[in-house]
Amino acid sequence: MSDERQDSKHAPNVTRRRFLTALVTVSGAAVAGTIAVPMVKSLDPTAAAAALATTTIDLNPIEPGMQMVALWQEKPVIVVNRTPEMLATLDESEQKGILKDPNCNVPQQPPYCKNKYRSRVPEWYVGIKICNHLCCIPHYRPKKASVAPWWLGGFHCPCHGSMYDLSARVIKGSPAPHNMAVPEYDIDVAKKTVVVTKMYPLAHLC
Amino acid sequence: MSFKEWFVKRSPLPEMWREHMAEYYAPKNFNIFYYAGSLLLLMVVLQFLSGFLVLAHYIPTAEGAYDSVYGIMYDVHYGWLMQYMHVDGVSLIFVLLYVHMARGMLYGSYRSPRELVWIIGYTTYLAFMAEAFFGYVLPYSNLSYWAGTVITSLLKSIPFIGGWVTTLVRGGPGMSGDTLGRFMALHVTLVFLVIVGLIVFHILYLHKVGSNNPDGIEIKANKGPDGHPVDGIPFHPYYSVKDLFGFGVWLIIFGAIIFYAPTFHHIFLERTMSTPANPLKSLPDVTPPWYLSPFYAMLRSIPNKNAGIILMVFAVLIPFVLPWLDRNPVKSTRYRPITRIMLLIFFINFFVLAYLGEQPPLPKYFFMERLGAFIYVAFFILLPFVSKFEPTRTPPARVRFHAH
Repeated sequence: MSDERQDSKHAPNVTRRRFLTALVTVSGAAVAGTIAVPMVKSLDPTAAAAALATTTIDLNPIEPGMQMVALWQEKPVIVVNRTPEMLATLDESEQKGILKDPNCNVPQQPPYCKNKYRSRVPEWYVGIKICNHLCCIPHYRPKKASVAPWWLGGFHCPCHGSMYDLSARVIKGSPAPHNMAVPEYDIDVAKKTVVVTKMYPLAHLC
Repeated sequence: MSFKEWFVKRSPLPEMWREHMAEYYAPKNFNIFYYAGSLLLLMVVLQFLSGFLVLAHYIPTAEGAYDSVYGIMYDVHYGWLMQYMHVDGVSLIFVLLYVHMARGMLYGSYRSPRELVWIIGYTTYLAFMAEAFFGYVLPYSNLSYWAGTVITSLLKSIPFIGGWVTTLVRGGPGMSGDTLGRFMALHVTLVFLVIVGLIVFHILYLHKVGSNNPDGIEIKANKGPDGHPVDGIPFHPYYSVKDLFGFGVWLIIFGAIIFYAPTFHHIFLERTMSTPANPLKSLPDVTPPWYLSPFYAMLRSIPNKNAGIILMVFAVLIPFVLPWLDRNPVKSTRYRPITRIMLLIFFINFFVLAYLGEQPPLPKYFFMERLGAFIYVAFFILLPFVSKFEPTRTPPARVRFHAH
């Protein structure tokens, strides 16, 4: 090839150049994209973090009316052993019409917990103790009239005053939009253990 | 007023683009060795990216460091890829640094008026050594531990303040989690930023005086009617496109090493990196990584601690004065056959020293190591005399260049 053919002023082969430029651009983008995928993926949760996925909770120490908080995937999971009187307050709050979503239509719980107890077994409530408003941790307030004169027992958030009943259903007038989330779990009543397996994917934590 | 005009009025970038890319005239006779510079830039960017991503998972404590590095290998998605990119990238950077420096020595690129380009570049090489050493200690394997112990104990030989400096660097009487904290800080901030700054200055100082070329003649001495050197071509698009091609070939080599030979027969990643730090158990043989071992071989060739250290420091620092040791008016060794042969012996000797530095400290290697150290030093001592009196051929008036 002579000097002149290389000189753009004399005989530029524009089609060839355009083709080569496009080829370099596309293959360059392919290389950059190929390396970008593992680079971004490396910031995903590690396998070690994923290995901490399940938590087994022993129910034996929880006496009727008491609760216990366990750590599961860096989140507090509350287990409440509800007495028949406490379960009765769930009907009472429904009748008073103070709940935003009494029938749990928003999928804040797995389908098998879509009932007024929001649990697999009525007396055992298992849920994530994180307020649906801005991720604070609500206080457990089981005593009647402990938050307000009409209080039937439930959860009260110290940050912005969100209120929930004893099934963690949100009470009207709270800033929180939804009921508190319930994770997927298995319960063995005979062995008195709960295994929290994974987050219910449709539920909003906060 | 279009957006482009509005932007150009306010931005220094178009002017910088012209000065350093579109209207930076480089000699048209660059050969394959001239890929090393742009490839080094690419590798520094890749080291930054892979380093950023492994740092995201690293824990700088004595208890956590080793496990966190293994976590990167096994638990982090594609962590092995980031880790191997970062580890193999170091060795490849040193391959390129040695090619880059050898090219400068072959063609006299360190000579007037480019002395400062050489000095800044050589300082960058030393900064890369420090960066590599600090990174080497971070996994806190047993090799890291003993390499850190050995290298920091060299500081004890500094007169008067050696003991204080050693304690300061280690953060205690010996290597510990505190050492990891300050080594990580040095590795990811101070030394890295120094390297980036030096690279910027290296390029700015080069562009002030202009690039040398394999013929070692000044293209600025022969300018056309347009005021540009007749043997120069604009860096962009000619060399930018050429370097882009180099990137493609280089990334294939880099990828092949990462995927098919990540430890490169345990040269790029030593076997002794696979046991955690143990202060009670020294390694069977403490050898440095291949890119530092020539200097290590010289260190141990002298059976006296301080004398060995002095020889090593001399060997590391003497290239700084190379521009003033070479006294021949001809720059390129293309036209200086004796210097060229001396240089080739020097390069071969450097790699023999690298090999010797990796061997166990057995008496059978001592003679070779001493001979290697002697040749290394002799080159710098002979150069002022040889360069003054050697016969030379006359360099051509224009650069030698054949269009393909």
